[in-house]
Amino acid sequence: MTTAKTIYYFISFLKQSLMSNFFTLCLAVLSFPASLMAQTYALKADVVHTAAGPSISNGLILVKEGKIEWVGPVKEKTIPKGYKIYSAKVITPGLIDGHSVVGLAGALNQPHDQDQLETSGSALAPELSALDAYNPREVLVEYLRMMGVTTIHTGHGPGALISGQTLVAKTAGSNVQEAVIDAAAMLAITLGAGINSGFKTPGTRSKAIALLRQELLKAQTYLRKMEQAELSKRPERDLRMEALAQLLRGEMKALITVDRAHDIQAAIRLAKEFNLKLVLDSVSEAYLVIDEIKSSGAEVILHPTMKRAAGESENLTFETAKILNEADIPFSLQSGFEGYVPKTRVVLFEAGVAAAYGLPFEKALAAITIHPARILGLDQRIGSLEAGKDADVVLFDGDPFEYTTHVCIVFVNGKVVSENCR
Amino acid sequence: MKQWMLICLLVGFGQVAAQEIPIAFTGATLLPISGTPIEQGVLVVQQGKILAIGKASAVRIPLNAQRVDLSGKTLMPGLIDTHSHVGEAAGADGSAALQPDVRVLDALNVLSPSLTRARAGGITTVNVMPGSGHLLSGQTAYLKLRKGKTIQELLLCKDLLNEVCGGMKMANGTNPMRDNGTFPGTRARSAAMARQLFLKAQHYQRKVQDAAGDASKMPDRDLQMEALVQVLEGKRTVHFHTHRADDILTAIRIGQEFGFKPVLQHVSEGWKVAKEIAASGFPASVIVIDSPGGKLEAMEMRLETGATLVKEGVLMGYHTDDYITDSRLFLRSAALGVRAGLGREKALESLTLAGAKMLGLDHRIGTLEVGKDADFIVLSGDPMSVYTRIEQTWIEGQMVFDLSNPEDRKFANGAYGVLVGDVVHTHHDGEDDDHR
Repeated sequence: MTTAKTIYYFISFLKQSLMSNFFTLCLAVLSFPASLMAQTYALKADVVHTAAGPSISNGLILVKEGKIEWVGPVKEKTIPKGYKIYSAKVITPGLIDGHSVVGLAGALNQPHDQDQLETSGSALAPELSALDAYNPREVLVEYLRMMGVTTIHTGHGPGALISGQTLVAKTAGSNVQEAVIDAAAMLAITLGAGINSGFKTPGTRSKAIALLRQELLKAQTYLRKMEQAELSKRPERDLRMEALAQLLRGEMKALITVDRAHDIQAAIRLAKEFNLKLVLDSVSEAYLVIDEIKSSGAEVILHPTMKRAAGESENLTFETAKILNEADIPFSLQSGFEGYVPKTRVVLFEAGVAAAYGLPFEKALAAITIHPARILGLDQRIGSLEAGKDADVVLFDGDPFEYTTHVCIVFVNGKVVSENCR
Repeated sequence: MKQWMLICLLVGFGQVAAQEIPIAFTGATLLPISGTPIEQGVLVVQQGKILAIGKASAVRIPLNAQRVDLSGKTLMPGLIDTHSHVGEAAGADGSAALQPDVRVLDALNVLSPSLTRARAGGITTVNVMPGSGHLLSGQTAYLKLRKGKTIQELLLCKDLLNEVCGGMKMANGTNPMRDNGTFPGTRARSAAMARQLFLKAQHYQRKVQDAAGDASKMPDRDLQMEALVQVLEGKRTVHFHTHRADDILTAIRIGQEFGFKPVLQHVSEGWKVAKEIAASGFPASVIVIDSPGGKLEAMEMRLETGATLVKEGVLMGYHTDDYITDSRLFLRSAALGVRAGLGREKALESLTLAGAKMLGLDHRIGTLEVGKDADFIVLSGDPMSVYTRIEQTWIEGQMVFDLSNPEDRKFANGAYGVLVGDVVHTHHDGEDDDHR
């Protein structure tokens, strides 16, 4: 860590500590330099939820050089010398927010920190890259990190027919290159009435689908021409077409935000016609078309459990997560998009409420760890506590989902990035 | 025994909805708020009031009582929400920044699903407010969430022409600032406009006093002035939307200048001026939001606000600001307060007795005490646990929400079509009247 960053963390810690007692402050000050220097850690907990199999009672995780070195029961391993020991009640993998706009959308909610939707031009903007707008120093990124979120899938928000290319980033890292782990994950598409009314077109659902199909047909032609052996026969590079070509080739997934049942079906139809890798996003009315979703093979990133029931999502329920689980459809939860307060939600809280409304604990945890990792194609690296994976780890002082439990220590890439017990 | 029945018959006569036969709830852990928890307690209610409460050994259950076994459940007073927008009521319009004549009760849809949602959240009493897009957006309404079809059936007052049936909503900070000639463009202008109106009300009040009951000397009736005189006389409570520390202090200053005692609403930066709030003696109703920001004034909002205010001795409660937070998750606000250092007892009080005091209704509601309204909720477990479900909501001895009833369950969990149209659709672009 750079000196500047150390000071930054320290100041933010002091800010957080205004209301804590002096003892806590002293303790933190004493332990802080040590945690910065140590490269190896032994993390012990009453329960370790690995998201890769059964929970481990009295579990131990060894962390070395940013990676998880070993996971298992504490009795089966001698902690090597020099490893800094942390103890907790419960340990989970670092949490993954399946879909967010944080980093493009800032906490101020003023025009200069709202880059999640471009409305000045066409409703079709596949050429926009979240990479060119993501602010890793955004205070909401810092906030999510403190709440145990170590990876976010973020980018342009819902509201345009195609709003842009999403990215995946770790919540630590002071510049975009350092933070981003997938620069072009998915193409964000919105169907239904959620498309911003500021665009000249589309003005109806049918028109939206017609525009998308026509654009994808164009991209098919472009792709065909681009794949010609003879360079001179290839067309000029076109950013819009390139992005759509990546979509057609399956290099990017189609993240289609839909809430109404008939829009979900439209998304499935579209993906089938163009053989897109479909990720259904939000899906408030999923419970009405559960069989169609299942047979489509689409992956699902469900709306935040506590999202407000209004507009396109007026029919959402607290039980949709449970219903998806019972239909054996793996899904991720997300913080989603908020235009007002709260400017971001926290997937830890959303998973907790899903668990309270019938989603089994392990599945609720999977919906914010291993399932989003798989949907993002990053499950070899993040999403569970297994040897060789990134050391993204969260230490809690109780059941992670309980309102009164605290997120105590957060590791990203084997480094302590938060130790405030919030 | 005969006497009991006779009294029941006499008192109950003519009241269709009156609950004549006592009901005894047994086996539950009772959280009376007015005292320590009672394991396996007994609560007896009759005629909408609490007849008895205590340990099983200490309460004599009337022989004619209907018994309800609540073993394993937790029972506590109905929740009191001091700031809500259920019922889709709009108050003031764009014609002026201060409109004390406007009554939210004239616009409130009591059949709205949002009220059913609030019942599912265990809320039994609610202060329904107009928005914060005005310096003063109108008269609020104190309601019991009884299952009525008319506003009269829900109001806590009986005579809405001659009684005070709610509070008064004021706001400062950015929401009421529109800078369009009618509305202020700065904080100082905001305060000046509010003060000028209260000076006018003081003048009107003097004229009324000088008339000394002589009708010929009375000033012409003025709906705006009448409502503000009620504020000056302490009969109508101002609920003052205020976020930033300096705005909180401005609200306190205005209250002190004109001798009224506002409830400070939201107080996102209350943690910065907790001592000053405590010194004013004014209560604070706090909002809990999942992340800071979303608007400039809420950038430094913290979960710790509730705990900090209580530590300094402020009367502190939480509110939903529904639809900003969902009425069904009201318990969660206090539980997140506990997460940030609030004591559990105070947390439970913040959802019940504290709100009752802020609305001036603590003689009737807020605790489980003999003689108080039989407003209570039945929970599956610890009120501060995410896993706990609200199973029943009772108002004045009538069950208004029952999770085991499939129709009610739809509202508790969400279902196709049930909540349609239950929120005011908002566009927070600074021009609308819907700032919460």
